[in-house]
Amino acid sequence: MEQKLKELQSQALEKIAAAANLKELNDVRVAYLGKKGPVTEVLKGMGKLSAEERPKMGALVNVVRETISKSIEEKQELLEAAAIEQQLAQESIDVTLPGRPVKQGSHHPLTRVAEEIEDLFIGMGYTVAEGPEVEQDFYNFEALNLPKDHPARDMQDTFYITPELLMRTHTSPVQVRTMQKHEGRGPVKIICPGKVYRRDSDDATHSHQFAQIEGLVVGENIRMSDLKGTLDVFAKKMFGEDREIRLRPSFFPFTEPSVEVDVSCMCGGKGCSICKGTGWIEVLGAGMVHPNVLEMAGFDSNKYTGFAFGMGQERIAMLKYGIDDIRHFYTNDLRFLKQFSVHE
Amino acid sequence: MFVSYKWLAQYVDLSGQTPQELAEKITHAGIEVEGVEIPATEMKNIVVGYVKTREQHPNADKLSKCLVDVGEEEPVQIICGAKNVGAGQYVAVAKTGAVLPGNFKIKRAKLRGEESNGMICSLSELGIESRLTPKEYAEGIFNFPNDVTPGEDALAALNRDDAILELSLTPNRSDALSMIGVAYEVAAILDRDVNLPAPNPTESEEKASDAIQIRIDTPKDNPIYIARVVKNIKIGPSPIWMQTYLMNAGVRPHNNVVDITNYVLMEYGQPLHAFDLDRLGSNEIVVRRASEGEKFVTLDDTERTLSADQLVITNGKEPVALAGVMGGANSEVHDGTVNVLIESAYFEGQIVRAASKAHSLRSEASARFEKGVDPARIQAACDRAAELMVELASGTVLSGSVIAGELAIESKRVSITLEKLNMRLGTDLQMGDVEDIFRRLQFETETNGNEITVTVPTRRGDITIAEDLTEEVARLYGYDHIPLTLPEGTVKPGSLTSYQLGRRVVRRYLEGTGFNQAITYSLTSAKRASEFALEHRAPVALSMPMSEERAYLRQSLIPHLIEAAAYNNARQIPSVALYETGSIYLNEGENVQPKEEERLAGIVTGVWHEHLWQGEKKAVDFFTVKGIVEGLTARIGLAERITFQKAAPAGFHPGRTAEVLLDSESIGFVGQLHPTISKEMDVKEAYLFELKLDVLLNASREDLAYTAIPRHPFISRDIALVVDSTVEAAALDAVIKQAGGTLLTSVRVFDVYEGERMEEGKKSVAFALTYADPEKTLTDEEVTAVHEKVLAALKEQAGADLRA
Ligand SMILES: [Zn+2]
Repeated sequence: MEQKLKELQSQALEKIAAAANLKELNDVRVAYLGKKGPVTEVLKGMGKLSAEERPKMGALVNVVRETISKSIEEKQELLEAAAIEQQLAQESIDVTLPGRPVKQGSHHPLTRVAEEIEDLFIGMGYTVAEGPEVEQDFYNFEALNLPKDHPARDMQDTFYITPELLMRTHTSPVQVRTMQKHEGRGPVKIICPGKVYRRDSDDATHSHQFAQIEGLVVGENIRMSDLKGTLDVFAKKMFGEDREIRLRPSFFPFTEPSVEVDVSCMCGGKGCSICKGTGWIEVLGAGMVHPNVLEMAGFDSNKYTGFAFGMGQERIAMLKYGIDDIRHFYTNDLRFLKQFSVHE
Repeated sequence: MFVSYKWLAQYVDLSGQTPQELAEKITHAGIEVEGVEIPATEMKNIVVGYVKTREQHPNADKLSKCLVDVGEEEPVQIICGAKNVGAGQYVAVAKTGAVLPGNFKIKRAKLRGEESNGMICSLSELGIESRLTPKEYAEGIFNFPNDVTPGEDALAALNRDDAILELSLTPNRSDALSMIGVAYEVAAILDRDVNLPAPNPTESEEKASDAIQIRIDTPKDNPIYIARVVKNIKIGPSPIWMQTYLMNAGVRPHNNVVDITNYVLMEYGQPLHAFDLDRLGSNEIVVRRASEGEKFVTLDDTERTLSADQLVITNGKEPVALAGVMGGANSEVHDGTVNVLIESAYFEGQIVRAASKAHSLRSEASARFEKGVDPARIQAACDRAAELMVELASGTVLSGSVIAGELAIESKRVSITLEKLNMRLGTDLQMGDVEDIFRRLQFETETNGNEITVTVPTRRGDITIAEDLTEEVARLYGYDHIPLTLPEGTVKPGSLTSYQLGRRVVRRYLEGTGFNQAITYSLTSAKRASEFALEHRAPVALSMPMSEERAYLRQSLIPHLIEAAAYNNARQIPSVALYETGSIYLNEGENVQPKEEERLAGIVTGVWHEHLWQGEKKAVDFFTVKGIVEGLTARIGLAERITFQKAAPAGFHPGRTAEVLLDSESIGFVGQLHPTISKEMDVKEAYLFELKLDVLLNASREDLAYTAIPRHPFISRDIALVVDSTVEAAALDAVIKQAGGTLLTSVRVFDVYEGERMEEGKKSVAFALTYADPEKTLTDEEVTAVHEKVLAALKEQAGADLRA
């Protein structure tokens, strides 16, 4: 009997080793360890043994069983691993094929510029103020020190709706409205983005509709040097840390003194086509708020001073992205717009 | 304003300053120099020549053969095509080897068999615009009016070697509309003196007041009128220096008298007019308003119909000039003029502007009156012109000026304290620095402790308040020297309003789903202005549009988005996804500001999803846009308050459009563009939406509260219903939700079928229902009880049977 068990064991181990797949291995398990298998048969025949032999044989049967089981387990692990290998090999794909597209739209370059400027000034304590695009003559001109007969009104060719209503020519009326809301109490710190309109024929550099962004600070002790410092921060953030600003005297009816602000060109002053050889690029207009404007908006011009600045969003975007024609902003050609889907 | 460097140098020492350096300094101090042009730089080898003989070219009717002395040993032979060439003329000759503007090189040539060694030049060949060349030489070669020497540099003789600075003047700096004004500015910049002319014409015994009387009927329009009389004038060309200075300043030379008035205008900024005294028709000047409909022929031979808001100079009976704008043909100086009246006056800017506008006559004179001339120069300019008429036209000046009216020459006094000045600028200037700047400007000052009082000369009418003094100091001190600081005091953190933040969220959401942000024009045509409007109002119209295309304010964003989609479709871009946020304008009645509402609109055409190598391609359809709108409302926390109902607004496909409701308020539409309009506007099958963004953002929920994650399993039950084809999914959904109560946590349509396998007029709609209880694990029995209720309600309320 002992002999028979040993034979069974070696037969089983041979078959386990020969099993080529999980099914064959399972057949071996059933054949040797199943209810009708030979090992079970041996166990059944144990009743014929003597009381001394029985435990000895019992132990032997268990050893054989366990040896076979263990061998099957080991083999099973090997076969499973091989099966997974095979499956993985079969599932292999060409990873260089294109992925399933996820749609990604784009931000209009003017919005990008406006939001970037808004965020920069929000970081400096400003809030964003907005107002109507169809304005009263009062807010667009008169409250900005441009009475009806002012010669500088020639500079602003305006779309009128009625003699008292017009398409705003700048976002400055928002400044006036905001100052009025403050009822003579500072500080005021706002940034005003928005659409504006002028009677211009559309061409590469003119557009009857364009976008501005203006800033206004009114407080007790606001100085020209604060304007200069603020715009220096702006220029460095928008165009690069190595940029500088230059102020040139100018004229706007709503500021006194008034300045044009140039930003140093990216050519580093060597002169290029963008700066037309001067090393400087005209970017915005600014100045100290005219006392008449403060007074008309309800501020005591002896107590309060302020600065204001304004720029064209298109101009900034054109400089920043190298866009050569202002009409691109309003044509909505997807070949143009899609270039602005990349995050900055 | 064109400023001749050579002319300017007569009033202020420019030594050591190249034109470019000077231009840079002027710009930096506040008057922008747009350009510096030196015409001679693109020319060379052009000399004065003397035409010794002229004969007909033997082989060409229209050519002359000339022998010209060009200052060399032998005269040269030049073939000339100009009609006006003749022996005895001094002319400009481009010699062999010369270069003319446009890099035009002169070579020895043979013209119809005759040798030509150079070219006799017209002024336009020397780079002078033809509108500026004297009329008599406009068609031919130029003759020097006075003695020049053959062989001398013709470019220098014609002041073509001058530098012309083009000043771009802001409206406040009309003081620089004269050479003297520019001289003051340059003198301040360079800290040098100004040398002014001191006119003092030699006068005859005869009194001017015996020759002419002046009366002003409207002293408000014309506070002062000064006249001088110059007799025995010889009309002729003015000297070459004056002609060339005028041309360099952009003024066309005519004859000595007219040129003198223009020269003094440019020099002093005071417009003058010369009348032919003998053609005046009387010996009096009366200044009055024109009568309505009065006719008058100006010296450009145009008959003008005048109105009562225009001022005329008359001879007591009829107009002889439109004040400050243009003289009359009847009293114009001409070749035979002998006696002249010089007018120097102050006309109010408003009245001159009205007349120049009404007759579209803008001149150097009217521009200056409109800005206001310097009262201190009216007499001096008149004297200067009289003096020059003696010098250059051999005239005799009658004694005295005839003056009507009066104009006080009042200098304003403006004060500022040093503290205020430094505070405004952020500088640390000393009183001495400030005084020095005003000294350079030639403003008188008076210092009283910390306060400086400046007496502003009348030429600087732009300086009226303390801030103007600040500006003068800043620009001459130099903005480069002002430090960089930031506003002092505590900084409150800035932020966007929740509305502004919401707008950004909406934009990001749409961009994340594949939409590209568009910006279209607010102005549109009459037709487009009313299309797709959510409300029916008359569009707001511009009073003076530039074109019919941009004459009205839009009431919907959709029309221009369709145009943008069509634009792209026409450029091999069939798949378009564009959105826009922007204002629309609703008419609130005459003279009332229109109501501006912020809208959100989008358009999609073509393929929505495409993944070709795996065979996926999905065209846009109604549910593409609807899904996007649903996602958007979910993103801003309004999903549960939004419903869609079938609608057929104008412009949309009547079977594929839904009105969007927030609670019960209509806030816009989603749907397909009507196929007829698609065809008409050349756009592919398009799906659109327009929503009241302002309403959505104002309703948007900001509060966000956590609800517990379910801890108990859910149970799903699917049902397939057979209903009439007309029954809408939303109706079934509502019945299910109502009957399902709180245990029903979600309802989703997973199949809709209508077709062969269905009875005519019926469709199948299948729903997946999910039941759960947050408190406990539901049993099958509990779910079945509710589910039976749902089925019963469906049968009863919607006639829905379970599909067999
Ligand atoms: Zn550059």
